[in-house]
Amino acid sequence: MSNVVSIQDSALHHSHEAHESHHHQSFISKYVFSQDHKTIAKQFLITGIIWAVVGAFFSVVFRLQLGFPDSTFPFLENLFGHWAKGGKITPEFYYALVTMHGTILVFFVLTAGLSGTFANFLIPLQIGARDMASPLLNMLSYWFFFAASIVMIVSLFVQTGPASGGWTIYPPLSALGEASVGSVVGMDYWLVSIGLFIISSLLGGLNYVSTILNLRTKGMSMTRMPLTIWGLFFTAILGILSFPVLLSGAVLLLFDRNLGTSFFLSDIIVAGKILPNEGGSPILFQHLFWFLGHPEVYIVILPAMGITSEILAINSRKPIFGYMAMIGSFFAICTLAFLVWAHHMFVTGMNPFLGAVFVLLTLLIAVPSAVKVFNWLTTLWRGNIRFTPAMVAAIGFVSLFISGGLTGIFVGNAALDIALHDTYFIIAHFHLVMGVAAFFGMFAGIYHWFPKMYGREMNNTLAYIHIWVTLIGAYLIFWPMHYTGLAGMPRRYYDYSNWESFKMFGGMNQFISIVVIIVFITQFLFIINFFYSIWRGRRATENPWGATTLEWTTPVNPGHGNWPGEIPEVHRWAYDYSKDGKDFIMQTTPVGEEETKGH
Amino acid sequence: MNTVAMEQNNRIHPFKFNLWIAIGSMVMMFAGLTSAYIVKRNQAGWQDYQLPPEFLYSTAAIIISSLTMVLAKRAFKGRMMARYRKLIFATLSLGIVFVVLQVLGFTHLYRMGLTHNSTVSVSFLYVIVGFHALHVAGGIVALLVLALRSRSKKERNYSSISVELAGIYWHFVDLLWIYLLVFMFMIR
Ligand code: HEM
Ligand SMILES: [Cu+2]
Repeated sequence: MSNVVSIQDSALHHSHEAHESHHHQSFISKYVFSQDHKTIAKQFLITGIIWAVVGAFFSVVFRLQLGFPDSTFPFLENLFGHWAKGGKITPEFYYALVTMHGTILVFFVLTAGLSGTFANFLIPLQIGARDMASPLLNMLSYWFFFAASIVMIVSLFVQTGPASGGWTIYPPLSALGEASVGSVVGMDYWLVSIGLFIISSLLGGLNYVSTILNLRTKGMSMTRMPLTIWGLFFTAILGILSFPVLLSGAVLLLFDRNLGTSFFLSDIIVAGKILPNEGGSPILFQHLFWFLGHPEVYIVILPAMGITSEILAINSRKPIFGYMAMIGSFFAICTLAFLVWAHHMFVTGMNPFLGAVFVLLTLLIAVPSAVKVFNWLTTLWRGNIRFTPAMVAAIGFVSLFISGGLTGIFVGNAALDIALHDTYFIIAHFHLVMGVAAFFGMFAGIYHWFPKMYGREMNNTLAYIHIWVTLIGAYLIFWPMHYTGLAGMPRRYYDYSNWESFKMFGGMNQFISIVVIIVFITQFLFIINFFYSIWRGRRATENPWGATTLEWTTPVNPGHGNWPGEIPEVHRWAYDYSKDGKDFIMQTTPVGEEETKGH
Repeated sequence: MNTVAMEQNNRIHPFKFNLWIAIGSMVMMFAGLTSAYIVKRNQAGWQDYQLPPEFLYSTAAIIISSLTMVLAKRAFKGRMMARYRKLIFATLSLGIVFVVLQVLGFTHLYRMGLTHNSTVSVSFLYVIVGFHALHVAGGIVALLVLALRSRSKKERNYSSISVELAGIYWHFVDLLWIYLLVFMFMIR
């Protein structure tokens, strides 16, 4: 293939150029409209961090309301104006905050921020490619995400406020301007923003898949790839197949909102007025939403699983236990992820037989999940463990995933879920298993690959404080919610002190809110550490963790094209730790004559 | 083209591969819409409708355009550029005819009082067929670019990859249309 060779040459040429004539590349093409996968990864990461601060701050504000329903906080009025008259947020604004918190964290932080960062950064570096299959699409993927972000931010400032029907945007609440202020125009912004977001994630996803399948270096067979890559690969496939379905739901909802159709609306009376809509079904929307929504939770968690697998093996100085089982369980999780969406809809009055089928399929997911957990624990078992910050975060991930996964088995049973649905038990379940766990995967990844990203190291002391306070804080916040949920406390209420039966949880709610504030402040240790270290951190060495994978064979600050010379060839899998008396053997080291047979 | 990288085992051109994956996700979108349609179809309040005849005529246009597309690609590969130019213009024109006929079909429906918000079944028809027409319009833009380029004399425009990409996409929207048509004939 002649065109292939010439492309390679131009790539080499390009990378030399980048080294020698640094000052020739303009600021704009180097840092703004960059097509270098490493720069795009950092753009995703930093945008994600900004969103995380905003989303977390929203949760602090609504936790103030939940924990201290009788107090006023004058600074809120300064910040939010008429939304917080007299220092107390309005019920409408409470719903807007909850909705934005969910939307921002699920989509903008834990999907774009997590996959966008690590897929972009690690795929070419770990499989031995100079860049993505299509750097242009890759750049567009970021800019669509950016546009989605802008639209969402604008929605925060419209007169009637942002969307406020929950991150799951169920109609009719989301479909009718009469139903809530957030549905007047905020919801349109939400839909447009998510539409742009979906395009971004599709552009990114197809690039990731195509790069992994087509651009691996010589010797890098699929079963020699690090598990991070496998995690990102399955994540991308899930996204490609599930996001378009949400897009179709979003389009139908836009029609219902703006063009008078009735896909999701029927027989509605608002404030005594009968609406003309007839023949639609709000449940239909739930099907469309959760057909994405459930795979989406795995889109969030699979990258974190891959990162964790990698970091546990490296810092236990042991091969990952059950490499093929890890890939198999990824595959099983992905397949099942498409077959369980209705477990979010047990209370919609579905046919009990259908419900039973979904219970069965849902509980089946526990099997591959458990395989992964046991493999992680076995990898740690008798390892020569190095408690680097990344390692502590990765162990935190495993802990959180177990804690939250166990309650999955509770709510996966329709008989129990009918009582637990939409209570704080659900909040506890998914924050532990998805929200906080995925954050820990992300922290682990950042602490681990920061030296590769910026050529410097982060401060360990700050990192340890950050991780431990966050981990303990997360448990203190979410553990009590299991009990309040079991006691029937529903989610998405503005003020529980109005109900006799929930009054007794006032103290508990207060306690949770205080911990939330502490954890929120602790995140600034991370942020300070991150930005300070970019410029002032200790200079990193080439392979600071003694890892075997290809990214650590590049220069400390790899240029465009990643390797100055030829792309290295791969001779073995990524997990030759403590083998034949050696601490670790790089993937690029040829297999020796005497060597014990390995992977 | 700024395609850095790749010396290794790429058996298939990365753009083509990307297109196939993108087609996968478009299929999922239409699968979402048509399954929503089926779910709704089985609930109360569904009204039957007649497809306007223009939709049938437009089918003929797009099927023929797929054939001219195949021939165009063959001509291009055989470096018969005059023939290629004619065929790509034919494909482009048929594509435009398709969209025009679809628009006429919708005006027909509209005149019969079957507006986009008259009843759910017809709303679905508007959204699904309209969405497909948008995809065709995207293909028309691609064909337009090819048609304009076919008049240029520059050597560098002689790579067949863009013709192949446009061809794959064009056959995809053609097949998608046939699927949708059969679907809406069978399930009303
Ligand atoms: C052992 C495996 C799991 C089972 C059996 C399970 C089951 C369920 C069920 C039945 C619900 C619906 C509860 C309700 O609304 O009444 C639910 C909610 C949820 N699950 Fe899981 N789950 C599991 C693991 C996970 C994982 C790994 C994640 C994410 C990484 C996750 C994320 C979520 C989220 C985000 C929700 C709530 C969505 C919402 O209503 O806002 N779950 N889970
Ligand atoms: Cu689920």
